[in-house]
This record gives sequence, structure tokens and C-alpha cells, in this order.
Amino acid sequence: MRDVKSGCTRVLVCAGTCCVSGKAFVIIENFEKELAAAGILDIKVVKTGCFGLCSEGPIVLTQPDDYFYAKVSPQDVKEIVEEHFMQGRPVQRLLYKDASNGEALSLLEADFYKKQHKVALARCGVIDPEKIDDFIEQDGFKALEKALLTMTPGQVVEEIKNSGLRGRGGAGFPSGKKWEFTKNAAGEKKYVVCNGDEGDPGAFMDESILEGDPLSVVEAMAIAGYAIGANEGYIYVRAEYPLAIHRLKIALAQAKERGFLGKNILNSGFDFELSIRYGAGAFVCGEETALISSIEGRKGTPQLRPPYPAVKGLFGCPTLINNVETYANIGKIIMMGAEWFKAMGTAGSPGTKVFALAGNVKNIGLVEVPMGITLREIVYDIGQGIPDGRSFKAAQTGGPSGGCIPIEYIDTPIDYESLGEIGSMMGSGGLIVMDDSKCMVGIAKFFMQFMVEESCGKCAPCRLGLVRIYEALARITDGNGTMEDLQELEELAEMVSSLSFCALGQSAPNPLKTTLRYFKDEYLAHINEKRCPAGECEKLLNYEITSLCIGCRKCLKACPAAAIIGKVKEQHVIDKTKCIKCGACIESCAVKAIIRA
Amino acid sequence: MINIYINGQQRSILPGKTILEACKESGIHIPTFCYDERLKPEGSCRICVVELEDSHKLLPACTTEIAPEMRIATHSPLVMRMRKHLLEIMLSNHDISCLKCERAGNCLLQDYAYEYDVDIEKYRGRTRESAYLAENKFFELDQSKCISCGKCARICSQLQGNNVWAISNRGFETEVSTPFGIDMEEAGCVHCGNCVSICPVGALKPKKEHKFRAWEINEIQTTCSYCGVGCQMYLQVKDDKVVGVKPAYGKSNEGLLCVKGKFAFDFINHPQRLTTPLLRLADGELHSVSWEEALQLIADKTQEIKNTYGADAIMGLSSARVTNEENYLFMKYMRAVIGTNNLDHCARL
Repeated sequence: MRDVKSGCTRVLVCAGTCCVSGKAFVIIENFEKELAAAGILDIKVVKTGCFGLCSEGPIVLTQPDDYFYAKVSPQDVKEIVEEHFMQGRPVQRLLYKDASNGEALSLLEADFYKKQHKVALARCGVIDPEKIDDFIEQDGFKALEKALLTMTPGQVVEEIKNSGLRGRGGAGFPSGKKWEFTKNAAGEKKYVVCNGDEGDPGAFMDESILEGDPLSVVEAMAIAGYAIGANEGYIYVRAEYPLAIHRLKIALAQAKERGFLGKNILNSGFDFELSIRYGAGAFVCGEETALISSIEGRKGTPQLRPPYPAVKGLFGCPTLINNVETYANIGKIIMMGAEWFKAMGTAGSPGTKVFALAGNVKNIGLVEVPMGITLREIVYDIGQGIPDGRSFKAAQTGGPSGGCIPIEYIDTPIDYESLGEIGSMMGSGGLIVMDDSKCMVGIAKFFMQFMVEESCGKCAPCRLGLVRIYEALARITDGNGTMEDLQELEELAEMVSSLSFCALGQSAPNPLKTTLRYFKDEYLAHINEKRCPAGECEKLLNYEITSLCIGCRKCLKACPAAAIIGKVKEQHVIDKTKCIKCGACIESCAVKAIIRA
Repeated sequence: MINIYINGQQRSILPGKTILEACKESGIHIPTFCYDERLKPEGSCRICVVELEDSHKLLPACTTEIAPEMRIATHSPLVMRMRKHLLEIMLSNHDISCLKCERAGNCLLQDYAYEYDVDIEKYRGRTRESAYLAENKFFELDQSKCISCGKCARICSQLQGNNVWAISNRGFETEVSTPFGIDMEEAGCVHCGNCVSICPVGALKPKKEHKFRAWEINEIQTTCSYCGVGCQMYLQVKDDKVVGVKPAYGKSNEGLLCVKGKFAFDFINHPQRLTTPLLRLADGELHSVSWEEALQLIADKTQEIKNTYGADAIMGLSSARVTNEENYLFMKYMRAVIGTNNLDHCARL
């Protein structure tokens, strides 16, 4: 056996979806191969869930010597094994470094992690999600044991109620109340359902939990079953999450094998079975009644409430539905107590929230922060600000039906009420940062297009209104907008949000409403001046050749529409009637003589 | 009884009623498309919204139960404005060729468009392109007029029990079709036409010989003569000819009919319809005779058979097309007058 000079005994490789697409599985395979080839037997390769800092993936961590490798490729593995593990010389060029001084940082020293506080994600990136022993080693199933053996169902419900935990799926309804309603509902048969139909574009909080720590959800659902009197549960997860489904299946099989699911769990006399149902990719199936319809094998459309699922839900029985992230908090609350949980976050919104930080921000990834943190802290401290020397323009919280928050409100604390007050919402935790190159009319149009595609078509305002909103926005971004269109948008936004059947339609106009509220001047510029201030709306762009032109004919040759005319060594001109605004001329110009405005 | 206020007026209403029912009881009309008192409320068209005066919240009247001291405004400026815009976007996806639509004058969308003073062409944009054609002998589906209220599908599943219609596709492309667009026959359609009767606009309509519009006809209530159920219906009469049938709310049918009652009325004006008794004479041909002559012949022949062969040589068979009372009389006639128990009825077979 070769001499191992480093202090490393475990090498953790992130196997969340982002890193997997960056060939994390090959990296793991290579580590195993290289370690075996080198005869190193005492370094364990662990395939973990998401670390969160996705923009730096694939990520490799060594423990306990604590080195943090970023953007690792399969070819780098050999070097890490030979240099770091065998010679004790960590590979400097691959280590994650401080942006300001270039010093290598350990995971927890990175700015991205400093303000984070991991509760729901505590085991993600720490354990191998496909090994139940890893989970048990990290206090897994202790909460279930405590609940089943030392607490009455009433005490469990009381604990969750006292914690003040609110539903992490979007609406923020107090979870304990839901548990209590379902517990008190009359009915022999009851169900526990997990909503893993995470449909917001760019959001992957639930995906990461299911991929990184699936057993935490299994444990929480069993606790919920015990508390409300249910012996059966369903995990509804979208079929677009193959890795999450794969790991859930392993988790269920292992939990069953070890007796954490099935008959007479931990000799308590309590039975609980779980199965998985796949969503077919409809955004509306995240709405609880539509989700129930879908599990029952019907078309996923929302149903009338009341009766609420707590009274009459799945197959007509009282049903508890919570989101993945909500369940991921349960084990900790049972173990540490309601008071511990309430000490985090704000009075009205205790605990932490996971956000998928995306868009024009340096650090993209998954973050878990205490409620009440400001948007500024997330964007500038955790996200490390806006890249490419640009400035912050807006942040969209709450997914496609959230609102766009302008710079004036960047110090707003992130909690359910504060976000609602400024026209946005917590939603499930999408957080998209936009820089000053983004056209807000275009943003509203983009989200509206998503909502048009995802409307189930049940109620008239959402089915028809969203299409008309989208069309009016398209007229504006195409330069055909009028002040009547603006008036129509205001009317339609009000009508769709106040008349729609379910939360999808009621919140769908939010991006439109908030951009109208905070960025009205951009709408007016598009309409009155036929100008896109951000320079994004192609049809409103004008290309002009300035006097810097040397008459080299490069642009003339590059133009696919033959819209440029001019003689050699003379200033060229663009024929605006022929120009298709593709931008090929700008790219071809060597002297930067062409401007776009 | 609980106290509520509708447009400022105090009302005592039985608990458990919806706002819509309370308003109906109080004589206040609220527009609806997807509501029908016989069906489970769906709450999908949203035209019935009313305003809660305290919170200014808009709630659908058809699915919201009344609560004590609720203050409801059914026609406040906000409600009127919202209903108007909703009608306007509905019209933006509707073929507005009312001039040549047979439902003109008998169309909820048209009625409300007038009532709410809508701007018909306010919202422009694409319209739904539907591919599904409901091919069958009795009625047709004009998708360009369909407002997707879904009542056709719900009456078929909840009252008729045949589940022929499905609300297929999603979002803007939502349309009425059979499941996966299969043939109507295959989907189990019995052509009862209850979907046609419940359609609030000109989307589902009977195929018919005679054109007529609402103001050209008289509606005469009668009892369907096809069987003993006694369904109530209106014969729609234009120029003294029956041109259509509309179900009435009789005790036994509550606005439903079957294929015969709804569509099989053409025999009334058929040239080959028998209008007098016919008697075959010595020349071997059938000749028109009076009822007196015909009945006399029947009486004579019956008497003759009874005298020669006895009463049990005679059998009576009665029809489902006559009423219970007539069937009873026929039974009495056979047993008491003829003197036989040889008696049966076609419905027993």
C-alpha cells in the first residue's frame, strides 16, 4: 500500500443534477479507479446530494482536511489523487478561491455559505443519499423514534403547531394547523401526501432535497402519518426528476428493509406505507386539489374548496398535503423542539427558507437562509453581486407568478408578509436576479408565456385572459403597442387575479402588475418612443453605422439580408427597410463603428 | 335562518344555501354560464362573482355558501366592471356572427353582452382552433361558438350517466370532445340531446329541417307520447308546424329527454303519417274509413270470436306509448268485458 500523505479519508463528490450534468458520475468512477490503481484503500468516495454552489460545479470536497475543489473535470481526478492524496499537495489550480484576494477557501469560509443556515438542507452534500446508514449516522430516524415511542399524536401536532412552521410550497399556511385539521377530521382512512411537483422554472429546492436527503422526507411523512392517524402516503414527484425518483425508490426500499416503513415500525404498533406517483409536468399540479386529482388518475385540474383536503381529499378521505421542504424541517423540529425552530427567522415566519438563486448573479445555486434576511444580503453577500460590471435592476421571487422587486425594495426582509406587501410572494423559493440589461416588459412577457402554457383551462379568466395579456405585451415589445394596450393590461391583470378559480390564475398577473408598478417608464418608452431602454427587444432596435466606419465591407458581407450598402473605403449605410436586426454586422465590425440603439 | 344583506336589503335565508340561491330566492338575477341547479356547482365560468362589501373581495355566487351577517353586493361598480371585461374576453374567442346564428335571441352570451354593455371587439387576438367534429345524426358542435362552460360534459356524466364528453386539451386550447376524440358511438352516445338542450350558446345545436329563431316560434307544453314516463316538453311551433322540442321541467323528467322525445318529432308532419283508420275491402286495397266504422268492425269481430271459440281465444297486448290510465282501462276491458286474462304489455318483454 502506498503512503497517503494528505489527511483525507473521505472525498465527497456532489451528485446533484447540475454536477451530474457536469459529469459527476464519471468523476466518481475515476476516483474509484485511480484510488484502486494507487492501492489507496482508506479513502472513501462518497456520492452526495447538492452542495448548493451550482455555478462552481462539479464540486469535490475532501474531509477532514477540508479542501474545496470547484469546476472539476473527470481528467482532473488523476492529478488530485496523485498530488493531493499521495503527495500531500492539494491541486492549487482547482481549489475554490476568494474572488477578492485569490486565496483558497474551505467550503464554510466561502462567502456563499457564510450567511446560510442549513436545516432542511442539513444533510445535503454531507451524506450519500443512496445509503441509509449514512442517514442514520446523521441522526436519521431519531425523530421518528422519539415521536413514536415517547410522544402521543397530539403532542406531535402540538410541537409542529408551536414551531410556527409555515408551508414552504408557496402559500405559507401554518403547517401545524393543517396537521391538526387532518387529525381532527372524521374518517377511518386518512392519507399523507408529499407535494414534490416543483414546477417553477429555475427552481430546484425540492429536487435537491429529494436527491440529497430523500429519507428526511420519508421520516417526516411517517411522523405525519402517526400524528394524524394515517397508514398510507404518496410522494407526488414530477417525472422530470429522474435522479430524485431513482433515489426515492432506493430510500423507500431501504427504509422498508430496515423496518422504518411497513408494519409495526420500531415495535410501536404503528404501520405506515409509502408509494411514489409521477407528475406529468403540469405546473398546476402543484396546486393541492389538482395534485389530488392527478394521483387519483384524473386530469390535473383544481377542484372546489371547501371541502379542503384536510376534510375530504385523496379518494374522498382526509388528507395531509405538505411540500417537500416543509417535510424536510419536521425531523429537526421534533428533535430540537419548537423553541429552537422559532429562534430562527422572524416572529411571523420562523425558520429558514431554501432559495434557488439564479439569473445575473455571480454565485448561482441553492441557498438556505434564515427568514427575515434581506434581498440585498442574498444578492450581494451570498450571491456576490452582479457579474460583468452591471448593476442590479430587479429580483423576481416566488417563481413565474411572483413579482419583480426593484432596487428600492432591496432591503425588504424576506418573509411571507413583507414580500406580499410589495406585490410579490415567497412562492416555493425561486429567486431570479436581473441586471440592467434586462427589459422588464420582456420579462413580464416571458413569464406570461409560461403561464399561458400552464393554465389548465378550467376557468374563463385564466384560460382567456392570460393569452390576451401575452398578446398585448407582445404588441408592446414588437413596437406596435398603444396606450390602449396599457389600459387593457391594467384591466386584464385586475380581472384575471380577482376572478380566477385557483392560485395559479390569481397570481399569474403578478410579474405584469409589479413591472407596471415599478417600471412603468419602460412600458411608456416602448409605446411612445418605440424604444427599448434595456436594448433587448429586437424589433425596437435600430442599427446604425457611424462615421468611424472605414469602408472595409466586412459588415456588408456578413449581412444575411443584404441590407448594407456602400463603397470600399466609404462609410456604409444600413437600409432599415431590409434590416432584420440580427446583429451580425456588429459582430463583424473590427472598428466598432456600428451601434445598436 | 341566518341574516344576510343583499345590496343593503336584509334577508333571512336558510343556512347552507349558496349566495346564488339566496339571490334567486330574493328575486335578484345573477348571470351564470356554467351553473345549472341540477348539476354539482363547478364555479368555472366566474361570471357570477359578487362583491363582499366589507372586504371588497370577489367571490363566485354559485359555489360560496352564505355566512351570518354577510354583506353582498351583486351589481356594484367593481362587479359590473369585472363581469364586463370577462364577457369581453369571452367574446374575443367567440364567433360573433350573431346575425346568422340560430341561437340569436336565445343565447346567454348575447343576453349578457347586451346587459353589460360590452365593447364587442375590445380585445383582439388569436382564436382557438379546434379540430374535433362531433359527427352524429342528430346534432352538431360548432367549436367556434363554444365558451367551454362544460355543462354538456357534466349533464352527460352526472344526469345521463354516459360520460360521452370530455374537456380535452389544456389552457387556451381547452375544448369539448369525446375522450381522445373517438367516435361518438364508441364513446357511448345515445343521442339523448340533453347536452344540446343545456348548451347556453350556439355551440351544440340540433340538425334540423326547419330553420327558426327564438322569436318566430310558440312553445306549447305537452307530455311526450313515446312512453309512459310522462316527460314534459315544449313543442316549438312555427307556422303551425312542430319544428323543435325543448325539455320542460316536469316532475318526472326535470328538464331531461331521451333521443325520441328530443329529436323524433318529424313524423308529425310526415306525408305518410296515418291520420284515419284504414280498412281492407273486397278489392284487396286499404281504404280510409271513419272511426265509427272501424270500431264497429272490431266490436263485431271480437263478439264473433268470443261466441264461437270462447273468451280465451282472444288476447290483448297494450302499448307503452299510452298512459297508465289508458293501460288500466284496457286491462279492465279485457278482463271484465271480454272476460279473459290473456293480457300483456310491450314494456314487459
